[in-house]
Amino acid sequence: MVDNKQQWKAWLYLSPAIILLLVFTVWPIINTLRMAFLEGYSAQAEVGGATFEFGIGNFLKVIEYKKFLQCMQNTILLCVLTVPISTLLALLIAVALNSIKGLQKILQTIFFLPYVTNSIAIGMVFAAMFNIVGSFHGTENEIIQTAGIINNVIEFFGGERVNWINAGSQYWANITVMVVYIVWNALPFKILVLLGGLQSINAQYYDAAKVDGTSRSRVFARITVPLLSPMLAYVIITGFIGGFKEYTSIVGIFGETMGPPDAPGRLNTMVGFVYEALENKHQGRASAAALILFVIILIVTRLNMRFGKKSVYY
Amino acid sequence: MKVVLENLTKIFPSRNKKSNEEVIAVNNFNFEIPDGKLIGLLGPSGCGKSTTLYMLSGLQKPTSGKIYFGDDDVTELATEKRGIGLVFQNYALYPHMTVKQNILFPLQNLKGEEKMSKEEMLERAYYAAKLVQIDELMDRKPNELSGGQQQRVAIARALVKMPRILLLDEPLSNLDARLRLQTREEIRRIQKETGITTVFVTHDQEEAMSISDLIVVMKLGVVQQIGKPQEVYDNPVNLFVAKFLGTPPINVFDGKIKGGKVYIGEDAVMEVKDAADQDVIIGIRPEGFNLDENGPFHCKLENVEVMGRDVSVVSTNAASLNPVIRSIINSDNKVNTESETVRYSIKPHKMFVFNKETEERIYFEVK
Ligand SMILES: Nc1ncnc2c1ncn2[C@@H]1O[C@H](COP(=O)(O)OP(=O)(O)OP(=O)(O)O)[C@@H](O)[C@H]1O
Ligand SMILES: [Mg+2]
Repeated sequence: MVDNKQQWKAWLYLSPAIILLLVFTVWPIINTLRMAFLEGYSAQAEVGGATFEFGIGNFLKVIEYKKFLQCMQNTILLCVLTVPISTLLALLIAVALNSIKGLQKILQTIFFLPYVTNSIAIGMVFAAMFNIVGSFHGTENEIIQTAGIINNVIEFFGGERVNWINAGSQYWANITVMVVYIVWNALPFKILVLLGGLQSINAQYYDAAKVDGTSRSRVFARITVPLLSPMLAYVIITGFIGGFKEYTSIVGIFGETMGPPDAPGRLNTMVGFVYEALENKHQGRASAAALILFVIILIVTRLNMRFGKKSVYY
Repeated sequence: MKVVLENLTKIFPSRNKKSNEEVIAVNNFNFEIPDGKLIGLLGPSGCGKSTTLYMLSGLQKPTSGKIYFGDDDVTELATEKRGIGLVFQNYALYPHMTVKQNILFPLQNLKGEEKMSKEEMLERAYYAAKLVQIDELMDRKPNELSGGQQQRVAIARALVKMPRILLLDEPLSNLDARLRLQTREEIRRIQKETGITTVFVTHDQEEAMSISDLIVVMKLGVVQQIGKPQEVYDNPVNLFVAKFLGTPPINVFDGKIKGGKVYIGEDAVMEVKDAADQDVIIGIRPEGFNLDENGPFHCKLENVEVMGRDVSVVSTNAASLNPVIRSIINSDNKVNTESETVRYSIKPHKMFVFNKETEERIYFEVK
């Protein structure tokens, strides 16, 4: 134990970190709580001398708000679709990468590239790929030709072109594009983690399995996946947390309208809602929405961990 | 079932493209393992024991040579079709499965005609578990077991399929001295009970000597000598084998043969027939010395360690290649600890003479 007389020294040495934490983490959290529970709070009005009563009005407003429900639906839908798909794909790719010899290094780099690329830039490329026509803002008599590479491919195979993201597109088409984009964006990190996990599995387990005459599919299901379960749990939990904070990817594809030009805000997410409320100087409402988001993430993570405890083997 | 190794060779190509230093891990290994015996594969670290075992298991392909199980050529046969049980150096128990699941695992992999019912599998698993006395631990995970218990689980997992051959790679290396003694007896018992041809790898000569029917001594990928433990101990073919077997280790000296006499330093310790004059290395087992007031071999007495039935006499001699000479003498013989010197006569069958260059044994008759 540290001598009592020495304790002030310990505090002194810790103080830079503590002060930074207090200013940039603890105070914002407290302030968020305060703003959320003051009726109709607005920082501008407060500076002007207004006072606010304590209450849960901000929360009620947020929940009643149709836009918020839409945001919540989008967020949850994207989470539920993208996390399993990306985890499964990442697992398969990682296993494949781990089993090939020659081009491993190059392929690893290729799969890792999206991770170091700006996601807005990736979004713009995706937007161009899924474009139905040559221009975002094309009018009826301006452009006729299909420009997006995806629609080119569809038409090449004799399919009907789909309006993915432009004016007049359907909700499910928008969501499909978002799922593809988010999954693609999430893959590198997951592959990296899972590949690391795979490479740390003792090769002798595989030798033992071979001696025991185990088929490939059984090796995968009974040995690889269980031994990888800590990494899988990690990837899934962080995937859900990231998914609930989805925002940039929507901006990447649809711009700040958060939806096709004729339906702005249709793909908005919970984080997007918070930003919007802040922009409109409704800090109270923004804080309340942020807290709701926080509670949802907390619950989902707890559920994940409880489920994980049962399936993570050691 | 008997196992035949025919000119078995394994060469690992060099990693580094610039230097062409390939490793000959196993060099032209010829051996016929008799049916139902326990073979101890013995040698220092890196001599190719594991590689030999992995080739037997099929996990590694030989560079050249053939392997026969019975009359079948299995050289090209895949591991899973060889019907072997393998216990790895560090057991490789599946950490996420219970003991029971670990033991059941090989059975659940069986396909087609060999496929078993659940009851049959459980019966077999419990039989194997009983054999190694772990049937009370069936619901534990490997990390809840002691090293010795883990090792027994590994043996049960290897045995449960009733393999044609059981391969054990230094299975005792992680155990403490006591457990090691106990488990090696157990391996011997299980092997006798099941009658499965077994190859047991170890670098501990005592371990190999104590439980094997036959030992194979290897050095740098080359087999030095094969035989019953006692035979190899009593009749080493070269200096390496003589040095490798026995605790305390053999005493080695610089010496020469001249005019029908074997000299250690200046002391003529033995008269021999039919031996050409030459410089030699002489090995004498610790039990090969007799205390003898008129003995030909003079040493400087350092100290005497009493070990109950025997005493260990520590002495020095200028010709000794070891720092000290250690001799084991029946404690009925009183050693004069006051004296500065001690004199020995040498038991002829405990003394081996080797060529100084080749280190091969020189055989001769004692007069
Ligand atoms: N995959 C490999 N690539 C290259 N060289 C190898 C490989 N495996 C083993 N060797 C070399 O082959 C030789 C024999 O190795 P092996 O593992 O058979 O030794 P061992 O007798 O089992 O030793 P130990 O008692 O330390 O386990 C060693 O020199 C080792 O460096
Ligand atoms: Mg080895």
